[in-house]
Amino acid sequence: MEGLSVFNIQRYSIHDGDGIRTTIFFKGCPLHCAWCHNPESWNASPELMWDEEKCTQCGACTAVCPQGAAPAGKGRIDRARCIACGACVGACLAGARQISGRRYAPAELVRLVSRDSMFYEESGGGVTLSGGEVMAAEPFDEVAELCRLLKGEGISVFVDTSGMAPFGRFERILEDVDCFLYDIKAMDRGKHKKWIGADNALILENLRRLSDGGARIRLRLPLVEGVNAEEEDIEPVIGLLRGGVRAEKIHLLPYHEFGREKFARLGRGSEPFGVPSQEKLERFTAMFREAGYPQVVIGG
Amino acid sequence: MAQEARTAEQHGATERVRRLREESLNTQPRLYMERAVLETEAYRKYEGTVSVPELRALTLRHFFAYKTISIHRGELIVGEKGDGPQSAPTFPELCCHTIEDMQIMDRRELIRFAVTPEDLRIQKEEIIPYWEKRSIRYRILNSMSDEWKAAYECGIFTEFMEQRGPGHTVGSNKIYQKGFLDYREDIRRAMDALDFVHDKDALHRKEELSAMSIACEAVMILGRRYEALAREMAAAETDPQWKADLLTIAENCAVVPAHKPQTFHQALQMYWFVHLAVTSELNPWDSYSPGRLDQHVYPFYRDDVAAGRLTRDQALELLECLWVKFNNQPAPPKVGVTLKESGTYTDFANINTGGIAPDGSDGVNDVSYLILDCMDDMKLLQPSSNVQISRKTPMKFLLRACEISRKGWGQPAFYNTEAIVQELLAAGKSLEDARRGGTSGCVETGAFGNEAYILTGYFNLPKILELTLYNGYDHVAGRQLGLPLGNAEDFHSYEELLDAYHKQIEYFLDIKIRGSNLIESIYANYMPVPFLSVITNDCIATGKDYNAGGARYNTSYLQGVGIGTVTDSLAAIRFQVFDEKNITMRDLLRAMREDFANDPQILNLVQNHSPKYGNDDDYADDIMRSVFEFYRDTVTGRPNQRGGTYRVNMLPTTCHVYFGEVMLASANGRRAGKPVSEGISPEKGADTNGPTAVLRSCAKMDHLSTGGTLLNQKFTPSVVAGETGLRQMANLIRAYFNMDGHHIQFNVIDRQTLLDAQAHPEEYKDLIVRVAGYSDHFRNLSRALQDEIIARTEQSFA
Repeated sequence: MEGLSVFNIQRYSIHDGDGIRTTIFFKGCPLHCAWCHNPESWNASPELMWDEEKCTQCGACTAVCPQGAAPAGKGRIDRARCIACGACVGACLAGARQISGRRYAPAELVRLVSRDSMFYEESGGGVTLSGGEVMAAEPFDEVAELCRLLKGEGISVFVDTSGMAPFGRFERILEDVDCFLYDIKAMDRGKHKKWIGADNALILENLRRLSDGGARIRLRLPLVEGVNAEEEDIEPVIGLLRGGVRAEKIHLLPYHEFGREKFARLGRGSEPFGVPSQEKLERFTAMFREAGYPQVVIGG
Repeated sequence: MAQEARTAEQHGATERVRRLREESLNTQPRLYMERAVLETEAYRKYEGTVSVPELRALTLRHFFAYKTISIHRGELIVGEKGDGPQSAPTFPELCCHTIEDMQIMDRRELIRFAVTPEDLRIQKEEIIPYWEKRSIRYRILNSMSDEWKAAYECGIFTEFMEQRGPGHTVGSNKIYQKGFLDYREDIRRAMDALDFVHDKDALHRKEELSAMSIACEAVMILGRRYEALAREMAAAETDPQWKADLLTIAENCAVVPAHKPQTFHQALQMYWFVHLAVTSELNPWDSYSPGRLDQHVYPFYRDDVAAGRLTRDQALELLECLWVKFNNQPAPPKVGVTLKESGTYTDFANINTGGIAPDGSDGVNDVSYLILDCMDDMKLLQPSSNVQISRKTPMKFLLRACEISRKGWGQPAFYNTEAIVQELLAAGKSLEDARRGGTSGCVETGAFGNEAYILTGYFNLPKILELTLYNGYDHVAGRQLGLPLGNAEDFHSYEELLDAYHKQIEYFLDIKIRGSNLIESIYANYMPVPFLSVITNDCIATGKDYNAGGARYNTSYLQGVGIGTVTDSLAAIRFQVFDEKNITMRDLLRAMREDFANDPQILNLVQNHSPKYGNDDDYADDIMRSVFEFYRDTVTGRPNQRGGTYRVNMLPTTCHVYFGEVMLASANGRRAGKPVSEGISPEKGADTNGPTAVLRSCAKMDHLSTGGTLLNQKFTPSVVAGETGLRQMANLIRAYFNMDGHHIQFNVIDRQTLLDAQAHPEEYKDLIVRVAGYSDHFRNLSRALQDEIIARTEQSFA
């Protein structure tokens, strides 16, 4: 299929890298973190989202759905039948339905994000490629092209990644990327498998190789209470840094609950997680500082 | 006077300022009848024996010679327009209030003025009998054509000067370099140079110059009276501190306004005497502003500090005393449509801090930072304390201004110096005059001290589209108002519709401008302002009044309102009716007349599935440009009666609420009676792509060809929180200004807070929000305006 699947282009992003940025959220992810706050990013194909709170059960969707996938009654969706054509979105009077995901050619993305060039220049900002997982996006040739085109426009490119992709893909874009925002979700292999559904060996290997190759890296640690927010989770990250991984900044990102609502709109269940206390975050900050890594911040 | 310890809720650097500020805030505005009484006395004494300009000057002199004066304990700057804080004079020569008007003022919940039975008696027995048929308002309403009256009554446009004089005036640095004895000398020389051999207007000039000389005398009388009062009070005073302060006041008033000021303290007192004289002479809508105060008084500050006469803390206290004085003066009471278009106590003294110096270098100095500290500390509605940001403005200054602005009470607003300079150059000003200029009122560009730039009225662009759709018929008023150019069902293309809309705009602009020219002539002939003319270049040199074209530059502004609403309406029609053919024109018009009550699907399509201005979407933004450019081109360059021309601004004050009240539902889904969009901001809720998209859309308008545009940006606190939020707020402003944006202001308040304030106004007495080009207490806004502010899009990004 041609074009890159994107579910959001967020202008005025000020917490995903330096300055004023536009963040492109790619749709499709090899990992499925249980606490994901963008669950619509898991599948690369377009999906229908339905907001139960807004739905007034007016029946407009039932009337227009060509698939018979919107049975009468409180706007349920028969997801086996739904082809995400979007007919119901235009008909919905309550704005309760939305299609997530559209394919864009790289040149089209460049044209869209270039609109804010004045803001990037003034603020030292640019574009952040995020997700989902941009390093797993298909066709990857187009991701490489996108990075090259952005670089050619003089626009800074940051890549926000989980690292879950063959290293060869990183090599293809290295020259055009200014900085990697690299997620470390869990250092413990067992935990990683349990909560993320995949082994972390490749992720850590890629991180080392990127660092060895001289790429600029900022580590981002999503912290979820009861999952990966204990000192025993932080210590190995410090070990990683001591072992030679160079990170210019470390961001501690406390869990927030905004994503749960989205699970519901996609018709999926989710489990609640806890938010680590401010005190804990400050303790972790101190741990990094004491270990000789002062560039640690809470938040993006 | 070291900074004293205080709690976080206290405003004011010293105990004295805190007390004066509290008094200013807690006093109920009330009518002050003495001015009207003394004016009537003066007219009975002099009218018919002297020329009109001399009569006006003698009236001012009579008022200043006999009005009640007082000095409030603790104040360091003296003088009130009335007899104390929040006491508002009336101007029967402009608008002679009926008894009912005054009863309404006393009764109304918002913008109330307390009126006593004695006030009513005076009005009934002394004022009304003399002024009823002499007022300018009476004269204007009797001079207007039927078409003008119909359009005015139906809310097509408003008229600024039907109960307020032309004003909109900002001072230059001259009053800090000359006393009024010096001005009188200039006037005498100009009189000596009059040429009665060749100049057919020499007599008029002589009368005008003679009036100016009397006006100088008037303000000097006021100064002498304050000097005497201060000495008298000092003699009887036992508190050594207050006694010493009174003696300083006396010494100051012995110098200014007769002579040029010698100290920082005297410079501020000089300004205040001038302010009182301009705003007592007439009610020049928009009060009077010190303009570039930081640059004007910096030399005094520098010298006083160097000589050890003044500390920074003392200077701050003096500035804060001046701020209280501004806040003590509510705008004179308004009634009718004028109250609707400007529903506020704010008298629009607008201070521009920062910007560039006349030689083009960075204009920020120590006093600029002092003024920022003062506005932050005082948190007062008046004066409107704003900043000019140029490319040369230090980041430190911009960040400090952002830090105050993000607290959420709307000040300071940000003006783009380079845009202002280019706008002024495009309007024919010299480079130096342009650099000395700035913005006053809300956002209006002017050459400070050199220009009479007068607002003539708001112009309801969406209402005219409504009339265009219904063959010129006004369904709200139930009468034929516009040209009968056919029903919209018969238009076969978007271009046909646009063509008809253009013809209607032209039709109403002709009516408006004919009326405005007549009104300008009425003021030029019957209501000159000799005092304001003394201090405005080049009135003395030409021997002509400010209201008659005596100023170096003379612009008339016409303010377009509702560009967001009209753009989205045209975009919805073009997209849904002509491009996609999802809706027929007939169905759309019916739905609009029924306020979309029976057509939820049509409402859904126009509201949620049509292109909208404010999203950086060229489909809508190109329509915005075409409407704006047509309006601008139809207005710009038309001659006024004062030797200048008409130009446009894009700002609403509170008029967008009134203009919405006289309208059916709009084609963009705006419901009947609801406010239209304000300034150049997008329609409420229409912008969904974040602040950079809003700024990009707004910057597609050619700001440099206007006399000012107003953009209101509302943020939730989280967006501007922390160091990152502050930095990026500053960068947003810089980037918008790089794209030639004229002005931006911020409301940083969360929706929940506003809803709570609406439910419990008593708990939010202090809550100030940015309305249009000014801030106001939330509790003083009408319910409709409160709702409107709550509904303005919050840019909320996690």
